Amino acid sequence: MIDFVGKKQWFFLISAVALIVVIISLAVFKLQPGIDFTGGTSMTLNFTPQVEQSQLRQEFINLGHPEAVIQGTGGDFFIRIKEIAAQERETMIEGLETSLGSEITVRDYSTVSPYIAMETARNAGIAVIIAALAMLFYIAWAFRRMPKPLRWGTCAIIALVHNVLIVVGVFSILGRVANVEVDAMFITGVLTVVGYSINNTVVVFDRIRENMSKGISPDFAVTVNCSLLETLARSLNTTLTTLCVILALLLFGGATIHHFILVLFIGLLAGTYSSMCIAGQLLIVWEKREWGKLLPSFAK
Amino acid sequence: MKKKNVGLLIFILALVGLALWSIVPLNTKLLGPDGLTLGLDLKGGSQLLYKADLSSKDPSVTDEEAMSSVMDKIQRRVNEYGAAEPVIQRQGSDRILVQLPGVEDITEAIKLIGQTARLDFREQKLDENGEPVLDEEGNWVFEDEPAKAEGRDGEQRELTGEYLKLARTDIDPYSASPLVVFEWDSEGAYLFEQITGRNLQKPLAISLDDEMISAPIVQSIIRDRGQIEFNRPVAMAEAETLAIQLNSGALDVPLVIIDQRDVDASLGADSVNKSILAAEIGVILLLLFMLVYYRLPGLVACLSLAIYGVFLLAIFNFFSAYLTLTLPGIAAFILSLGMAVDANVLIFERLKEELRAGRTLGAAVESGFDRAWTAIRDSNITTFIACIILFWLGGTFGAFMVRGFALTLFVGVAMSMFTAIVITRTFLRLVVASRLATNPVAYGVRA
Repeated sequence: MIDFVGKKQWFFLISAVALIVVIISLAVFKLQPGIDFTGGTSMTLNFTPQVEQSQLRQEFINLGHPEAVIQGTGGDFFIRIKEIAAQERETMIEGLETSLGSEITVRDYSTVSPYIAMETARNAGIAVIIAALAMLFYIAWAFRRMPKPLRWGTCAIIALVHNVLIVVGVFSILGRVANVEVDAMFITGVLTVVGYSINNTVVVFDRIRENMSKGISPDFAVTVNCSLLETLARSLNTTLTTLCVILALLLFGGATIHHFILVLFIGLLAGTYSSMCIAGQLLIVWEKREWGKLLPSFAK
Repeated sequence: MKKKNVGLLIFILALVGLALWSIVPLNTKLLGPDGLTLGLDLKGGSQLLYKADLSSKDPSVTDEEAMSSVMDKIQRRVNEYGAAEPVIQRQGSDRILVQLPGVEDITEAIKLIGQTARLDFREQKLDENGEPVLDEEGNWVFEDEPAKAEGRDGEQRELTGEYLKLARTDIDPYSASPLVVFEWDSEGAYLFEQITGRNLQKPLAISLDDEMISAPIVQSIIRDRGQIEFNRPVAMAEAETLAIQLNSGALDVPLVIIDQRDVDASLGADSVNKSILAAEIGVILLLLFMLVYYRLPGLVACLSLAIYGVFLLAIFNFFSAYLTLTLPGIAAFILSLGMAVDANVLIFERLKEELRAGRTLGAAVESGFDRAWTAIRDSNITTFIACIILFWLGGTFGAFMVRGFALTLFVGVAMSMFTAIVITRTFLRLVVASRLATNPVAYGVRA
């Protein structure tokens, strides 16, 4: 029998290290907000014949856009500049075509005024707050039959915050090393991860409650371990099946939603881990008041 | 019990038949003109979000009237431009969302839609001696105010595009350059007659949104019709744009683009192809896993997943006026397949446990479903909550990608619950009742 509970201090340690890393990254690097939240113009351009990134950068400086962020994305170039008016677009593209001697296809093009970007950022904030409140209400409702609803709910929320922090933190690191930007789809992904990670925890907790009422063991730790093992197949299988499709999308799907799928992918992994290795174990420590014993337990 | 199952089976088969009939053959029905509505990110096109500057409207009309008039005029302009399936929506008090799928020349379209297009005429500026005023370069200078004349009711009126009956493009027979010919309505003709009459042999500037298009010399008194020549070389498209704008009338308030998203059709097609490939690979992996791990129930689950896929496509096909398939929507579609499996997994794991606990096959199926139901229900509620919030968020700034995802995931999860609870259950009951497979090994449990 696998012991998920006895090794809990190691699970906590792994999570703690991961959390410290992502929190430091968030504090130092923060997130790279995309034009959805800052306003600006972004475009993906395809050049025939292909041009050098350095050439392109020089051209944008000549055009009066020293702020341009330019990234190569498999043959195309992703370019982000401050907001330009609709009529400036044609002149800019034609100017680039003449000076670089290359024909341009505009693969996609977005312009967001700072005015609406501010509103989007505000609305995204509201959405996250509403989602958090709705999930709290849901948790209060889902755990109403649990012995100590507040305690169980808190553990579920800790697991949830853990997952969200990991996702956001990884994107903060990616923002630093690969200029990955955070847009409205990122918020969408995070909210989906929130829904998904609560699911997993609820299924595990549901089983713990069922086993408690059956009275399978007087020891709470044993009950939790049994419940984890019983739901293990379900947790792993569901993760695996979802992973099948998400991995396929990540590897073969279009570049447009690549980062969005990455959010779901990281969220799925973190969610599975926290539901199996963190949420139930936290409940035991709280139930048995073993907080003080966690550190000494590494010595064993 | 048995009768009820057979009844359910017939019901399910009828539904599947109906769903299949509605989407097959795929090329003409599902992907045909009345089939799936693809989002801009899949078929290419442009989405523009305009903000109207209501502070500069005519104070005699209400905001509401000004906005609905602007919407009407945009509608007319877009229709004449010939964009396929355009969407024009009012958002909030002062915003208009315009979607133009499949538009090639987006710069021209933007000019067409958003330009106020206020046409008027400016008379030559004269000094106190009646001599023309000249600027530093020796060019004529024109008045800043539109030319006025006395209307039929005796009031002084500005002659503007408002009095136009019709405008269309033509080709100048001498220079072969494009021009716009127009006809006045009776009031316009009355005003134009006076204005041309008092400006004979003098230049009269034609102005669009306070910019001079040209300033021809008035050769004779003109009444009902006239023409606009351009004093610079223009393409036919530009003349057409002007004609459309003049026909639709000037916008009551100026519009500013606050959000613009364009996707090239080639990128859209690329996204579709890649998504289909990803979906195929993902689904094959998923089905293989289910078959290998769950055996017979896995096969049943594969069947019900296939039905689930057909249903979802049929729903999107049927409600194509309301449901738009976007790239994140396809991701949600595929993701919901994974979640649909989750419901099946929850049930099968329960089923296995019940079998191991020594129950008969029939009893195990029943209690497996009953016990899994609460977990399935509870665990999907959070996804529903997230979807509703995302749908609202997507609507606030016209983010069709966010909306598409939320909507598809919602429909997908709801359908997946139906598939697991009704279809998988009925199939399993029938398999158990038919005694085709009585060995627990077939259900993934060691005998």
